[in-house]
Amino acid sequence: MNSRLIKWIIYIVSLIILVIVAILVSLSTGETDIELKEIPGIIKSGEGIEYSILTAIRFPRIVLAFAIGGALSLTGAILQGIYRNPLVEPYTLGISGGAALGVAIVIVLGLHLTISSAVLPLAGFTGSMVTIFAVYFLSLKKGAININRMLLIGVMISFIASSGMMFLMSITSSENLHGIVFWMMGSLDEPNKLLIRTMFFSALGGLLIAYLFARPLNALRLGEEKARHLGINTNVTLRILFIVASLLTGFCVAVAGVIGFVGLVIPHIMRNITGSDYRILLGSSFLGGSFFLIISDIIARTIISPNELPIGVITGIVGGLVFIIVLARTGLKSKIS
Amino acid sequence: MKHYLNVENLVCGYSNSFNLKEICFGIKQGAFAGIIGPNGSGKTTLFRGIAGDLGVKSGSIQLNNTNLGKIQLKEKAQKIAVVTQYTEITDMTVEEYVLMGRTPYRPRFQFFESKNDVQIAERYLKLTNTYPLRHKPMTELSGGEQQLAAIARALTQEPELLLLDEPTSHLDITHQVQILNLIQQLNHDLKLTVLLIIHDLNMASEYCDFLIMMKNGAIHAIGNPSEVLNYRTIEEVYQTVVITRENPVSKKPVVFLVSEKVLNEQREKTKPKD
Repeated sequence: MNSRLIKWIIYIVSLIILVIVAILVSLSTGETDIELKEIPGIIKSGEGIEYSILTAIRFPRIVLAFAIGGALSLTGAILQGIYRNPLVEPYTLGISGGAALGVAIVIVLGLHLTISSAVLPLAGFTGSMVTIFAVYFLSLKKGAININRMLLIGVMISFIASSGMMFLMSITSSENLHGIVFWMMGSLDEPNKLLIRTMFFSALGGLLIAYLFARPLNALRLGEEKARHLGINTNVTLRILFIVASLLTGFCVAVAGVIGFVGLVIPHIMRNITGSDYRILLGSSFLGGSFFLIISDIIARTIISPNELPIGVITGIVGGLVFIIVLARTGLKSKIS
Repeated sequence: MKHYLNVENLVCGYSNSFNLKEICFGIKQGAFAGIIGPNGSGKTTLFRGIAGDLGVKSGSIQLNNTNLGKIQLKEKAQKIAVVTQYTEITDMTVEEYVLMGRTPYRPRFQFFESKNDVQIAERYLKLTNTYPLRHKPMTELSGGEQQLAAIARALTQEPELLLLDEPTSHLDITHQVQILNLIQQLNHDLKLTVLLIIHDLNMASEYCDFLIMMKNGAIHAIGNPSEVLNYRTIEEVYQTVVITRENPVSKKPVVFLVSEKVLNEQREKTKPKD
């Protein structure tokens, strides 16, 4: 028993170190390279261009990457636990599709220009919430959630939302098109400090709530019926976890657009490294996702500098490739339950 | 007489198709009871009703005079442990799996298993002979070993009532007997009340001291094996010709099947010649 605890501590500590290294690298790289050892001095001086680059541009991005990477990966781990299916992630449920559609509607109607640019994240959030409730209530059957039904409805809503997007894109002007496309591919460029702060604390809050359900999630590895035989109120557990996962995804999409694959790839890799016990998996997935998104952001910012790639492109390519490599090496052995 | 498990006028089942017909029976504390009956007779429906997997439509199930519908899932899991026919394929090690049995006892904010939890799990791992397998993943176990681990997990719940759904159905006779002997020993040593679904009438006769024979969603016969397992009742329920005799050692009834060909030959022989 104790050797397992030591192992878990080693995993968490090494992941924290990796995240810190990624943060430092991210702070020092960009259009203007800033030497690592100069950073404390620049912070202390509290002025100059380099100071504002660090505090106003790079640091908020890192916080956002940390929070969104962690939240998306955590959400993936939770959803995979609920659905007992390793291929589920926030986007499978159609949540991001709904959010993107909401944003697209606002852009096409030009509301972000006439009212305020804050309408965009709001629209994303509303879109994801509408999807969540639609999926949730359509998958209720006699008061209990039917998991397979939920998955199918989620996939269908994804399709409907993406068709809706195509429709909007085909009737809109080319400058609007750019805004929609950019949203669809995700971006960590978020000037609003309040949104960044909200995202950060809701990610940590989500992690905390998820940990309260680590034991029920472990019991669910045996199946819903067996978890109930072990005294777990599966209906309440599934409901709360689903709402937490949906809210987190809604926030992420509202702030940064669609960033795919994090929720699928990171928990999968973590299952292979740390095992599927949710007491370690939740934390390691969160940190792994943070690390992955910070690194992806560095790549997105530097690879075609001075231009920037949409981060969703990087996570899609890197994540997909890593996933294929991992699958090819371990075989198609399902690690879910 | 006061019963430990009391089922009164129980109706439960699947929405419109199959329902139990007001089942009534009682089981004494420490009994080794078996539910028998042909496929589709309602054995599993009754079992799932008692295990709490199917909603009770009317009637009640009482455990020690407490209505099961009124107690919390967690408390229920401390009293009733369920072993289903197949164990879930999971990459947990046997030890982790058996430790899951402590779930109903763990307070919300307790993150790790206590020493006590580990000791209890270890005791039942040893009792079921799965202790040497404890570091293996469940997926690498044979069917019989998985069933033993599932029983160890159920015992780790420290229940008063153990429900088993055909615990031996897909095992060879070595494992069948090994598992039923183990359950019998637990029933005797731990004063555990046992209720199981069992297909094999001879196994049921040999091990159970109380049998519930079901037909078309109702109880057809109930009582000890020699009361229930006579050829007339079996032929009524299973629509099959059987012969019953007494086991020379255990004195329990034994059921013999006779093939149609032999039956016809017998009829030819005994046909009055004219």
